[in-house]
Amino acid sequence: MGEALALEGIGRAFGRTIALDGASCVVRAGTVHALLGENGAGKTTLMRIAFGMLTADSGSLRVQGAEVRFTSSREAIARGIGMVHQHFMLVPAMTVAENVALGGRGRVDRDAIAARIRSIGTESGLTLDPDAAVAQLPVGAQQRLEIVKALTHDARILILDEPTAVLSPKEAAELMGWLRRYADGGGTAVLITHKLRDAFSVADDITVLRRGRTVLSALRAELDEARVVRALIGDAPLTSPAPATRIFGMTAPPVLALRCVSYVDARGVTRLRDANVEVHAGEVLGVVGVEGAGQRELLRLLAGRLKPTSGRVERPDSVGFIPEDRLHDALIPALPLTENLLLAEAGRLRGLVDHAVAQARTRSVIEASDVRAEGPDTPAASLSGGNQQKFVVGRERQLAGAALVAENPTRGLDLRAAARVLEEIARPSGEPATAVVLHSSDLDEVLSVASRVVVCFNGTVREVPWPVDPTDRTPFTRAMTGTS
Amino acid sequence: MTDALLALWDGAFGSSYAVWSATLVRATPLLLVGLAVALAFRAGVLNIGAEGQLIVGAIAATVMALAFDGLPRVLMVPAMAIAGALAGASWAGIAAWLRRRFGVLEVISTIMLNFVALALVSWVVRGPLQEPSRIYPQSPTFGEAARWPFLISGQRLHLGFALGIVLAIASWFWLARTASGLRVRLVGASARAAESAGGVDVARTTFVVFLASGALAGLGGAAEVGGVTWALYEGLSPGYGYTAIAVALLARLDPRCVVASAILFGALDAGAAAMQRDAGVPAVIVQVFVAAVVLAVLAGTQLQSAARARTATVRAEEL
Amino acid sequence: MEQVLVPFLEATVRTATPLAFAALGEQVSERAGVINLGLEGTIIAGCLGALVASGVGGPVAGFAGGIAAGILITAVFAIFVVGLRTDQIIAGTAVTMLGLGLTGALYRGLYGVAGASLNAPTIAPIAIPGFSAIPVLGPALFRQTLPTYLLYLLVPALAWWMRNTHAGLALRATGERAEAAAAAGLAPSHVRLAALMFSGAMGGLCGATLVLAQVGTFSEGMSAGRGFIAIAVVVLGRWSVFGTAAAALIFGAAFALQYLFQAVGWALPYQLFVAFPYVLTLVLLAVQRGRAAAPAELGRA
Repeated sequence: MGEALALEGIGRAFGRTIALDGASCVVRAGTVHALLGENGAGKTTLMRIAFGMLTADSGSLRVQGAEVRFTSSREAIARGIGMVHQHFMLVPAMTVAENVALGGRGRVDRDAIAARIRSIGTESGLTLDPDAAVAQLPVGAQQRLEIVKALTHDARILILDEPTAVLSPKEAAELMGWLRRYADGGGTAVLITHKLRDAFSVADDITVLRRGRTVLSALRAELDEARVVRALIGDAPLTSPAPATRIFGMTAPPVLALRCVSYVDARGVTRLRDANVEVHAGEVLGVVGVEGAGQRELLRLLAGRLKPTSGRVERPDSVGFIPEDRLHDALIPALPLTENLLLAEAGRLRGLVDHAVAQARTRSVIEASDVRAEGPDTPAASLSGGNQQKFVVGRERQLAGAALVAENPTRGLDLRAAARVLEEIARPSGEPATAVVLHSSDLDEVLSVASRVVVCFNGTVREVPWPVDPTDRTPFTRAMTGTS
Repeated sequence: MTDALLALWDGAFGSSYAVWSATLVRATPLLLVGLAVALAFRAGVLNIGAEGQLIVGAIAATVMALAFDGLPRVLMVPAMAIAGALAGASWAGIAAWLRRRFGVLEVISTIMLNFVALALVSWVVRGPLQEPSRIYPQSPTFGEAARWPFLISGQRLHLGFALGIVLAIASWFWLARTASGLRVRLVGASARAAESAGGVDVARTTFVVFLASGALAGLGGAAEVGGVTWALYEGLSPGYGYTAIAVALLARLDPRCVVASAILFGALDAGAAAMQRDAGVPAVIVQVFVAAVVLAVLAGTQLQSAARARTATVRAEEL
Repeated sequence: MEQVLVPFLEATVRTATPLAFAALGEQVSERAGVINLGLEGTIIAGCLGALVASGVGGPVAGFAGGIAAGILITAVFAIFVVGLRTDQIIAGTAVTMLGLGLTGALYRGLYGVAGASLNAPTIAPIAIPGFSAIPVLGPALFRQTLPTYLLYLLVPALAWWMRNTHAGLALRATGERAEAAAAAGLAPSHVRLAALMFSGAMGGLCGATLVLAQVGTFSEGMSAGRGFIAIAVVVLGRWSVFGTAAAALIFGAAFALQYLFQAVGWALPYQLFVAFPYVLTLVLLAVQRGRAAAPAELGRA
């Protein structure tokens, strides 16, 4: 089998950040090639270069054996490369057909496009209604559209960037199955992922990137999980936070509670239905669910950021909240850390603001949470993601000791930083100990620190007891997909 | 060219008359309205309606001056100022309410209200407030009590300027040292983060700032009729509300710098009149200069990307 | 009744024409994600450009000059907003100030300090045979000047173009989700630039129409806020081509109402009519809560 796509010795920097430093990846035709790496390893950057969205500073790119240099994704598309992005590149206000047509020239022949979409649908099994409005499509269908877009341009090499991140376990399995059939049928697929399990279930070859370099490249058959993990995170052993004690005395009243709470959002969609949740001092309540199942609203109701449409929320006056999007919801990156500290209590402050005191408090947060920053006056933007997150956690702890709610706090952080942040969140502190609610889209992460787990599915919240076998994930995955 | 520039300088700073009766007097409305714009923009409220708010402020002050002409000066002057501020705040309040209740973009609503204010003053000076002989489209001249006191004998610098300085300091203090001022700054930097992380009532904060901004602009109008013109007529404001945007931007929205910026623009205005008179160069060229300065500042700050942190850009969900 | 209705309708269409040009241009630019507050400056530049050029080469040169002037001013705006990625509102306000100031200065410089009123060669209305004989609508719609007829053709053509060409799709995608457009191989900044150039031409055409087909002269500030009204027209028209044209007609009708009222004999202060369209915009905007229809990334370019 020949070589479909080959990147060799690629280097790419963004300002002072070096994203890629001699990365290589050789993809054989007719295979599924898994490109593994932790967040920030450079996988997306590397493939964006292959797709012409970025140019490489150094190194070479070969498509079907011929050396090329793309200056735009149009050229890559013309060469048969298609990319399915992690965040869909779709225009919600337009129809399926219009999204497929985008990028062409001249007149739009709607009938021809619709016919093409239908024929690809029959060929590949990815069916779509050409006139459907993209905004109304469910996530799985939108992803199908992304793939169909690539196929309509006669893509023979498909690059998929973290495709299972937004899918339910069932949809993810379907996609993996489809990828296998696609490769068996002669297509070439590059699967960018950080999930080992996905890679092992479907790939023929595996390449591992770490810190912008290729550290491992072999046939899947020659590898085992342990070897790949070592390549992913290096050889330093990882200290995962100790699993918290699972049994508590439940005599004290809960710190946080939802009693029969329902929540209907501004568009009239019911996000949460009759939810009953209790969180006690010292325990870590894990919350899991696929995107859109209601955990976003659940967390915010517990944190007091949303008011219930019906039912009662019991909580202390202020609850610490660590939102998923720290750069837009938790921090104002352009402002100094001191102002970011004041940000958290801005709604409650009255009268005059003493800056000297605020600065001192900021210093103590920086120290207590081990934030690597020059001082309280440095802008939050100059801190690394992990340190920003640690600052946020420390700030929330300082201001609201009794309860802390965290939403995907390790998103976008590398393994080491993620571990430290989790440690910071889950460590018992204060008298009485903080009640913690933790949500992560990574089930393993939640299970490693939680004392109890609730699962959100379609607006309902249900506690799932620990299975007898601690490595058994099925009760949770079934609850997440409503099949139990 | 040098003749023109010399005339410009002379007109602005060349004599004590130039400084105290021309430059600073022309700077006064720009100072007050500049503060209005700076405060609003700082909170992310794009108040382009300072012109209309200034006009209704002038109308209200005029009504006060004419309707209560028995009042002694010590009561009349504050009454005019308060009337002006209230009128300006109310006018801004219309746009603020439309934004809050219906999501109407304030950029459009405030501009529409400017035109309505212009129509209003046009009617008022030809109708209910017209001078007794009914010939000229203007109000009767104010009585002694309604003429704002001068700060320096023999010069035309009036109380409005002092008010402006005081309010500039107060605004700075408010923004920098108080909790509500902090909220304004945070909302302007990122309304989303202020709401999520801080629990700030963004709608209330922006509403209040909007009104405060209108009040300042209305006060600017009251100061102009009370301190300079002593009567109401059309064309009272040669676009102060729009120039104030340039004043505020040049000052990087900092109330302290608005003082300097307003004086600069006042100087340009004073100098331009002299330039036209003495060197024959049309004064309106200054407006071109002002626009060029704004664009240059924009380009400069863009290259530093400092502007983003201070004013909120238009968001589609606010339309 | 007919004697009152026909002049009213005719005035409506006549007044709406320049506004529609500006609004259609603004609509295209906003569909690409750019809100152009400099439109007022563009229109007044078109007015002056038309006056100057027509003095040299007659009405045809006048229209060309107006369009060219409009494009020139908008180019300044484009440099800041597309090139330097400056905040659109602030840059637009500055460009309007620039336009108003420059035209005032140039006009005085070229024609004297007092602004002696110069007469531009105007074009006369043309009656379309057959059509203009239709009762009521005929004289109203088909005894207009050439720009109005151009508008009749432009509106359906533009609507068709937006829906049925790839360029139209590219425009819409750029304003809704520029990232998606880029991923499809398009260059959002090029699309925005092209949209702005069109909007500049339309703004210039609006100004030229005002001078050469209606007023017949130039006066400082004669754009009278049409640039801002055009923005409101686009919102009212929900960012669609036909909607924008209809909204422009509503405004034309509001302006023309004063003739109707005078004819009927209602003695109301004329300022009421001057203010009415603006108040109408506010009311309609509030009622419509113009949010949902806006291009998703408007203002965020």
